[in-house]
Amino acid sequence: MRLVILDDYDLASEWAAKYIRNRIVEFKPSADRYFTLGLPTGSTPYGCYQKLIEFHRSGDLSFKYVKTFNMDEYVGLPRAHPESYHSYMWNNFFKHIDIDPANAHILDGNAEDLEAECSAYEQKIAAAGGIELFVGGIGPDGHIAFNEPGSSLVSRTRVKTLAKDTIVANARFFGNDLSKVPTMALTVGVGTVMDSKEVMILITGAHKAFALYKAIEEGVNHMWTVSAFQQHPHTIFVCDEDATLELRVKTVKYFKGLMHVHNKLVDPVLSIKDQ
Amino acid sequence: MPSNKSVSDAPISQFINCRILRGHTLQREDLWVRDGKILDPEKLFFDEQGFADRLVDCGGSIVAPGFIDVQINGGYGVDFSQPTEDVAAGVSLVAKKVLEHGVTSFCPTLVTSPPAVYHQVLPQVQVHDGGPDGAGVLGFHLEGPFISPEKKGAHPERYLRTFGSGGMEDLTEVYGGLDGVAMVTLAPELPHSQSVVRMLCQKGIAVSLGHSVANLSQAEDAVQHGASFITHLFNAMLPFHHRDPGIVGLLTSDRIPAGRTVFYGMIADGIHTNPAALRIAHRAHPAGLVLVTDAIAAMGLPPGRHPLGQQVIEIQGLHAYVSGTKTLSGSIATMDMCVRHFKQASGCSVEEALEAASLHPAQLLGISQKKGNLDYGADADLVLLDDALRVRTTYISGEEVWRKDA
Repeated sequence: MRLVILDDYDLASEWAAKYIRNRIVEFKPSADRYFTLGLPTGSTPYGCYQKLIEFHRSGDLSFKYVKTFNMDEYVGLPRAHPESYHSYMWNNFFKHIDIDPANAHILDGNAEDLEAECSAYEQKIAAAGGIELFVGGIGPDGHIAFNEPGSSLVSRTRVKTLAKDTIVANARFFGNDLSKVPTMALTVGVGTVMDSKEVMILITGAHKAFALYKAIEEGVNHMWTVSAFQQHPHTIFVCDEDATLELRVKTVKYFKGLMHVHNKLVDPVLSIKDQ
Repeated sequence: MPSNKSVSDAPISQFINCRILRGHTLQREDLWVRDGKILDPEKLFFDEQGFADRLVDCGGSIVAPGFIDVQINGGYGVDFSQPTEDVAAGVSLVAKKVLEHGVTSFCPTLVTSPPAVYHQVLPQVQVHDGGPDGAGVLGFHLEGPFISPEKKGAHPERYLRTFGSGGMEDLTEVYGGLDGVAMVTLAPELPHSQSVVRMLCQKGIAVSLGHSVANLSQAEDAVQHGASFITHLFNAMLPFHHRDPGIVGLLTSDRIPAGRTVFYGMIADGIHTNPAALRIAHRAHPAGLVLVTDAIAAMGLPPGRHPLGQQVIEIQGLHAYVSGTKTLSGSIATMDMCVRHFKQASGCSVEEALEAASLHPAQLLGISQKKGNLDYGADADLVLLDDALRVRTTYISGEEVWRKDA
């Protein structure tokens, strides 16, 4: 894996956004060959989305030939609800960029047949040629998407009941009223994300430090599902200093020492203007 | 291009680079329009997989709902109360000109006139939507003749009336029919006014109190029966008195039925109301303030003498008097001037100033689902303004109908 450690949240967001930008620009997506991007929601990737929007506004990055697949969506929450992941993606990303709406895929938590919705989603990903780069976050309980502790590490897109930890963590988006937080969600499986060509996990903040420790310094374990990516050939963890607080000094020093190598991935930063 | 056309084939406009008035604040958001209505872009994106056909760059402008003037007697030489052969032409001329002031809908107002005038004028103009030819007509505002002789202002005394029995006959005898009437101003102290107020409200016609010597109690009774507006607050009514605040007291009355608001018209031209009085009213009841121009035929014309109703008016600078007197006869300020003056005199926010000319009059007339705001589904009647609140461009149903320096 690559463990990229930046000083703070803003720098981590910027590094991640530049990496995504370079990957897309380098790929030279076209009508015959789309760049498929897996996307997360939540407070961690917010800064990264802001940066990507900036890159688009400055004319350096286009999403015209990018297909996106979000990781998850609540079950039973009206799509227009301000806390739905559809609303999040619209307000924080889609409305600011030039993506074709037909290429922005999000699981429908209000589908009549949830299981059919999940298998259809897997098929859409396959039809798109698989995911080139899946961007994700990590929960305080070490989950990727809504693959809660105990989720199979070879799971596919399905319905999951949320763990108490997750509900508590999300309560702040629902007026701190636990009863208002949805209890189920549709989520891509650990196996689904593992199938992508590359995985980038964003982890910022001290409250995620223990989860990061469990994910990369302990074994592969279905109780900390992000640990599955230890077995993926191309994983990048992008984090800030605070997220490394539970790691061994040795681990942090090693990867910080590699920053000059990591930075070659984002410097120079590429632009479609140069193509 | 809107992709799956599951809802509509009509072209979609996206107004970008603007600050829109929504949720009582100015937000940096784009405004989407289709079929003359404000569109929900999120639904468009997810349900229809659609996007805009054309972008309209607003150049950083403020985008507000088009202004609504519920009291305007004429302008540019046209006097709505003059019984001509082609009243519609006069209304159309004014409707076209007021687009320059950001007005997208208005109520042509008739001052106290003899029945013959109402019978001739009213049938000639119907309620209709605005468009490239001019602002929309929401219906007539009939100011009089059922008003108090002691507070007639510029209205001719010989045509004032009282209610006979308080039934429909009184109204039809004077006005003819009530089709196309949006509002009636009357004095509630007139005997039998209560049944008239009820009848008008049942017909969906707003009742306004004005040109009256009513005390607070009489005014409150009228509100109980459905009255919801005060015609040009402070003018043509008893002054505020601390033991009987009169009509002015409605602003803070505790006898307003729950869920209802009493609105009040303010002529914020710097002349009809002292700024300190404007501030008192605004601070007492900000949600009810409705900016009106009460503009007369001379608005838009050079200084001199002009007819208004059955009388002659004289322009001196920004003042318009009944010729030979010092009685104010109406104003020649335009709606955008009123918005600017109101903001400057009251110290209110930009949002409040804009809502006083759009949202509040729409709420008064009960048309706020379609007009006076930029919520999804509302008519796309827009006014684009610079930071000094000067009108740059006016749109009706999403189409540009006036541009400064076009």
